[in-house]
Amino acid sequence: MNAPTPTPATGYAFAYLDEQTKRMIRRAILKAVAIPGHQVPFASRDMPMPYGWGTGGIQVTAAILGRSDVLKVIDQGADDTTNAVSIRAFFQKTASVAVTTKTAEATVIQTRHRIPEKPLTAGQTLVFQVPIPEPLRFLEPRETETRVMHALADYGLMHVKLYEDVAKHGRIAKTYAYPVEVEGRYMMDPSPIPKFDNPKLHMSPALQLFGAGREKRIYALPPFTAVKSLDFEDHPFERTKFEAPCALCGATDAYLDEVVTDDRGGRMFVCSDTDHCEERRAAGHRGAMLADTAGNEENVR
Amino acid sequence: MSASLIEARGLTKWYGDRLGCRDVSFDVCEGEVLAIVGESGSGKSTLLSLLSGQLPATSGEVLYRTRDGEVRELSTLSEAERRFLFRTDWGFVHQDAAQGLRMGVSAGGNVGERLMAVGARNYGKIRATAEDWLERVEIDPTRIDEKPTAYSGGMRQRLQIARNLVTAPRLVFMDEPTGGLDVSVQARLLDLVRRLVADMGLAVIVVTHDLAVARLLSHRIMVMRRGRVIEAGLTDRVLDDPREAYTQLLVSSILQP
Amino acid sequence: MTTNEPILAVEGVAKSFVMHLRGGLTLPVVDHVAFTVSAGECVVLGGPSGAGKSSILKMVWGNYGVDAGSIRVRDCDGVVDVATAAPREILALRRSTMGYVSQFLRAVPRVSTLDVVMEPALAQGLDETTARARAAELLARLNVPERLWSLPPATFSGGEQQRVNIARGLISRVDLLLLDEPTASLDAVNRAVVVDLIEAKKAAGVAMLGIFHDADVRDRVASRIVDVTSFSSHEAAA
Repeated sequence: MNAPTPTPATGYAFAYLDEQTKRMIRRAILKAVAIPGHQVPFASRDMPMPYGWGTGGIQVTAAILGRSDVLKVIDQGADDTTNAVSIRAFFQKTASVAVTTKTAEATVIQTRHRIPEKPLTAGQTLVFQVPIPEPLRFLEPRETETRVMHALADYGLMHVKLYEDVAKHGRIAKTYAYPVEVEGRYMMDPSPIPKFDNPKLHMSPALQLFGAGREKRIYALPPFTAVKSLDFEDHPFERTKFEAPCALCGATDAYLDEVVTDDRGGRMFVCSDTDHCEERRAAGHRGAMLADTAGNEENVR
Repeated sequence: MSASLIEARGLTKWYGDRLGCRDVSFDVCEGEVLAIVGESGSGKSTLLSLLSGQLPATSGEVLYRTRDGEVRELSTLSEAERRFLFRTDWGFVHQDAAQGLRMGVSAGGNVGERLMAVGARNYGKIRATAEDWLERVEIDPTRIDEKPTAYSGGMRQRLQIARNLVTAPRLVFMDEPTGGLDVSVQARLLDLVRRLVADMGLAVIVVTHDLAVARLLSHRIMVMRRGRVIEAGLTDRVLDDPREAYTQLLVSSILQP
Repeated sequence: MTTNEPILAVEGVAKSFVMHLRGGLTLPVVDHVAFTVSAGECVVLGGPSGAGKSSILKMVWGNYGVDAGSIRVRDCDGVVDVATAAPREILALRRSTMGYVSQFLRAVPRVSTLDVVMEPALAQGLDETTARARAAELLARLNVPERLWSLPPATFSGGEQQRVNIARGLISRVDLLLLDEPTASLDAVNRAVVVDLIEAKKAAGVAMLGIFHDADVRDRVASRIVDVTSFSSHEAAA
């Protein structure tokens, strides 16, 4: 973290939102925790950034943040992308909380599109930014109808979608926002995380909160919740596999991003979780690209 | 004689001060086909909606005998129970196939939906059952991955029937099942329905304005006019010896080739 | 009703048509109809056309309503009065006890001849193989060419259609057969076949009620002739 610590803003309530708003959001969170996987409506506020920048996640984070919390913010696994940097700066400014890029050190992690590779532990809270909370939305456009479908656990339609995938592609083609069933009851959209991360949702010791700002919904997975990715008996859920290990740290069990290295078709695969990758390299792991050209990191980033 | 599967008692529906249907009573057993005939606006469709629990009656009741032998009044069913009936025990064949099918989903998905809704989770078995049903309704199973938009009107209607019958329902509602189809296509569909009804021992309530359809499919007929049943009885009795003026008019208006 | 109780007992039956489309005009058909048919008997309804023979047959079958009187048919577990029976009882009677051979075939489109003939036997619970064999035998006997069996009869000639219909009417084992001019448009050879079939049914103890315009056939099959003119309504002049 080499960015200068922003100066705390004055004239705002702690973590930007006023106390009444935070109480309202906490009530929604409590209800969401009590009914795992169920979408709870809340009075989403306008935030000083556009929808699509994580306003749902930010409101949840603001509502749960305490002065002693240590915050980590990632976007697509990286701590250093625009979205992550600006949200982290926002809370440094409005809540003066400590920040970190280390998964293990964080008490609250706000994320867009990833779950960190390092297993989360009890006491940590993962806050997901959610664009579309309704897993049935593209199958059934009417909100009134999807609500009834959830109430009655009438989920045949989602399997129709999976059936169509297998019929068309020979396998379930969905690779992200892969729908899950929570505790054998509610169907839930885990936000657009890659399906690679789905197994991490299951029985996680951490509290997982999902906030959708534009859609005004909050839902949650309390610690140690059973989460099952939907599938067929004869076409079981499969985690994405990668052909090559991370070019930088050699990891074989992490989610990799494809990086184009030149305009002649050159490309490589590197960890999407930057903290995980750095930690492994610090521990001496070397991927194919670094094995012979140590210290060549500048070419990559 | 078996006990009735569905029974209507004094079924009445008012839309404000406009009459939908009034004091309709009848019952249907398994293996029986009842035709409700009458011109448009006679209350046929209102009656069908009341019987299938899609519309609350102003007065009267509909009793249904569930698979576990219990007789339930439809209005006392919870929404969950009603939906469960609709995807297991009941079928509904609409006149417009687009209303009864998911036009954006393949034929296999359309047939498989009810299976998956009641918990089928084996893709291979779902697909095999769907193929089997496409064959039963005379659709080439190699077209299983095509969407209904690629099908002709008659094929869509047969697909709709397969989609409804795949969970082996006991009661099927049909609303003008042959309406809008070519004559030759109609004949094929009627023949198919007749055979399936006999093979599966289905109870069918079919609404039609086509007396030829009623004669070919049904055991009994109810003639409706202005919301009331004006004549009812054995199909060939009503059609060969109509008693009421309106029934005589209907029968005498048929073109006979 | 003594030891040999009749299969069919018609008593005091009256029928008229009210033509609502012609200002409620009432057309009386028959009145005070009374006769019986016992097992092994072929009772033929006699009289000029328009006397109500066909109407009587249809009242017994149940597709004409009855204004007054009773039409009692004995079936395996009791007696059903067709005049007042519920539709379901009549349907059950038609499956188990009564058969009808009409002049005209109301063919279901697209159903093959063999299936048309087999249907009543299947409805009685006969297995498909036996029903198919019995249907084939009847069709062969009635000289319906085998190449036609797999085709729907709708496009057949009148005579062929009628023979298909006779096969359909005779396939099931019933106690009471109603014959509505079964030989009307048949050639001599086929007429003889039908007469033989009727004789065989008679010998098997089937009660039959029929209309035959062909005097020759009528005289050969009739056990008794019931003159319908004696039942004509007073108002029915001519």
